[in-house]
Amino acid sequence: MINVGGLELKNPVIAASGTFGFGREFSEYYDLGRLGGISVKGLTLEPRMGNKTPRICETPSGILNSVGLQNPGVHEFVRTEIPFLRQFDTKIIANIAGNSFSDYEQMAEILNDADVDAIELNVSCPNVKDGVVFGQDPQLLEKLTRSVKDRFEKPLFVKLTPNVTSIVDTAKAAEAGGADGVSLINTLLGMAIDIYRRRPVLANNTGGLSGPCVKPVAVRMVHEVYRNVNIPVIGMGGIETGEDAVEFIIAGASCVMVGTANFADPLACIKVIDGIEEYMEKMKIKDVRELVGSLEFN
Amino acid sequence: MKTNYLCRVEELKRLTDTIWLLELDASNIREDIKPGQFFHVKCGEGYLRRPFSVCDFKDGMLRIAFEEKGRGTKALARVKQGEYVDVLGPLGNGFDIGYDRICVVGGGIGVFPLLYLLNKSEGSRKDAVLGFLCKDKVVLENEFENSCDNLVIACDDGSYGVRGFVTTALEKHLEKHDFDIVYTCGPSIMMKKVYEICKKHNIPCQVSLEERMGCGIGACLVCVCEVKKENVLQNKRVCKDGPVMWANEVYYD
Repeated sequence: MINVGGLELKNPVIAASGTFGFGREFSEYYDLGRLGGISVKGLTLEPRMGNKTPRICETPSGILNSVGLQNPGVHEFVRTEIPFLRQFDTKIIANIAGNSFSDYEQMAEILNDADVDAIELNVSCPNVKDGVVFGQDPQLLEKLTRSVKDRFEKPLFVKLTPNVTSIVDTAKAAEAGGADGVSLINTLLGMAIDIYRRRPVLANNTGGLSGPCVKPVAVRMVHEVYRNVNIPVIGMGGIETGEDAVEFIIAGASCVMVGTANFADPLACIKVIDGIEEYMEKMKIKDVRELVGSLEFN
Repeated sequence: MKTNYLCRVEELKRLTDTIWLLELDASNIREDIKPGQFFHVKCGEGYLRRPFSVCDFKDGMLRIAFEEKGRGTKALARVKQGEYVDVLGPLGNGFDIGYDRICVVGGGIGVFPLLYLLNKSEGSRKDAVLGFLCKDKVVLENEFENSCDNLVIACDDGSYGVRGFVTTALEKHLEKHDFDIVYTCGPSIMMKKVYEICKKHNIPCQVSLEERMGCGIGACLVCVCEVKKENVLQNKRVCKDGPVMWANEVYYD
């Protein structure tokens, strides 16, 4: 067992929000109980239809997406998705996104009375209007984090956007606001152009870049944040294998999230879990905690 | 539990200048494959898989046809006999079969899933109306000939078969023949027109949709299309809820 900000995980691998739905589709491929946890599709107070298509575009070693937080709303999540997920022995992390303090506060109260294990505060979705504002302003972020923390008794994680000058500033703001941990990175804002039509490929013009191409940026940011805050860091960004995950853990992540890789291979999370174990066996490491932040600079 | 499969390349045939037919040894796939379903196929170094509908599946041999277009399909067009291709599937919802008199209407590369549909519609009276740009683009004519009772081929430029659009050929065909269902696959503008013709004749119509996909299994919500069901607009996932849908729900008024 590993403890990440009060959340007890059976292993350090969590399925990342927005790439895993509510687990239903992946439950046809493996027992979701094998996962440390699942961060569910980003929830909003009311249902959302999301953006127009095309919503995806392949890039070298990754993808750009602009789904726009299509989701059934927090009430429907509580009513139908939590009971489904509770069939499996894994932790449920509710990823929530809002446009106002009130949106976040109401969702925190609803989820405090619901059977979830943690909240991941999504203040970094680049694909909705105003979505990133909270995540880019340290003062606002601290205030929002405190406000949600006051209304939710279980662990609270803040998901950080890389689209800032200093991710350490926003990480510190989350810590000051009472977050139990930070998760990073969300997607990098990007654009792809169809040169024959001279228009963006994505209907929403811009989208979030993810996949192996962002991994070095993510590893660097995880390490920077790890050195500057005292709360646990959840690392993500282009993880496809156990080796990738170990890289994040050495950089300072207490656990990792696997996202875009789920699109290419529905068994990606399982392969990462097995890969971490193989590495530990090979390197004769008994406890993954020994690895966290064990990086030594040249 | 579902999984992906590694299938051996038995043959890669060139059908036209840009269209290929890939034959895979899929004897390791034990699942039932319904017409209209697709496989999500790893193509070279591309990050995402590419979805291709099943063109035929018989005696463990899986046939997938594709158009060489972007990076992924270019890589797939270079696979060699004996190599293995990573396929995920069968995925999605297929066509509803079991009607007495059926007609399939295909345009261009949209004809491929209709061949498997004809082959799996045993006991039905089967007509096919297929449209291509020109004679050089006509594919699998013999296979279609053998798989249906009545084949009409139309070419836009009149270089083969009847002259004109497939939709014009369909209109003429429906004047003389009656059907219990029409199935269509092709460019969306064509499928919409097919639906309008069917509506005039009061024939139910199923369409097979195409959209850029991510995961292919229904999780990422990238390939949605708007449908109207019981008067409510909603997003349906082409990969999981489709790719086959009822035309009146997709082309709602």
